[in-house]
Amino acid sequence: MKRHWFHFSAPSTFYSLAGRMTPWFLALAVITGLISLYWGFFETPDRLGGSNPQKEYYRIIFVHVGSAWMSMWLYVVVAGWSALGLVFNTRLSYMMAVSVAPTGAIFTFLALFTGAFWGKPSWGTWWDWDPRLTSELVLFFLYVGYLALHSAIDDARRADRAAALLAIVGLVMVPVIFWSINCPDPNQCAALHQRSSMSDIDGNILFGMLGLTFAFWMYSFATSFMRVRSIILEREADTTWVAEQLQKEGVR
Amino acid sequence: MMEFLAQGGFAFYVWSCYGMAVLLLASEILALRKRRRTILARVGRLKRMRDAEEQA
Repeated sequence: MKRHWFHFSAPSTFYSLAGRMTPWFLALAVITGLISLYWGFFETPDRLGGSNPQKEYYRIIFVHVGSAWMSMWLYVVVAGWSALGLVFNTRLSYMMAVSVAPTGAIFTFLALFTGAFWGKPSWGTWWDWDPRLTSELVLFFLYVGYLALHSAIDDARRADRAAALLAIVGLVMVPVIFWSINCPDPNQCAALHQRSSMSDIDGNILFGMLGLTFAFWMYSFATSFMRVRSIILEREADTTWVAEQLQKEGVR
Repeated sequence: MMEFLAQGGFAFYVWSCYGMAVLLLASEILALRKRRRTILARVGRLKRMRDAEEQA
């Protein structure tokens, strides 16, 4: 059976699809998360030498890098759904944008929080106005601003469009964070975040890092789908398909 | 086991991070479940109101 891809852009169709997929994404998140944490804590060296020596506290890397990557990626997703909504005027696109944003805000907070708790033992300070820390903090405010703007406008479709514009404008922060490493050569200046490459990282540490990032990504799918289902019901509460759907699910 | 929990004396930093991660992610799931129960209750009320109107 061939279906046009717009088929799933109808909230009534996507509602069921999202519901069927959520448990799988949650299960994947838990399984890959546990494997990665086991690997990160038991298959890695306790201390790292080299130019940037680290003691056991470097194990914060798994949750820190994972949440920092997700904070940027989910912002791209929010802006992407917002753009699709503005271009095609599809309601579901806006609903997806609003569904992803709270999870993105949580990961941004987590990146800042774990960064502080890694910075204290490693750099001797909880916070510094280093370019990367500062731009990540601005990203957090962007998420909060996006959600606040959306909830401040009563009319859902106006709120969708206004917040979508803000999300797209705010997209400039993502490359800023990505390239915000103020010191290309650590011998010439003191940089907090230094340039790193995948090939320099110990394979076991990289595995734990990528694994936990994948788990966070699967978790984000699950929470976005859970949230979008509630948003669909909230906005379409008085339609007949909602009544029929809930009867089918056996909800009274 | 104690050695694992101690993390070379950095237990406070390491476990604060993982604790905060678990706390936030679990709270989000719980909040989402609560939000779903709330909207289901509202849709149920709406349906009963409509049914009552039809009978009247």
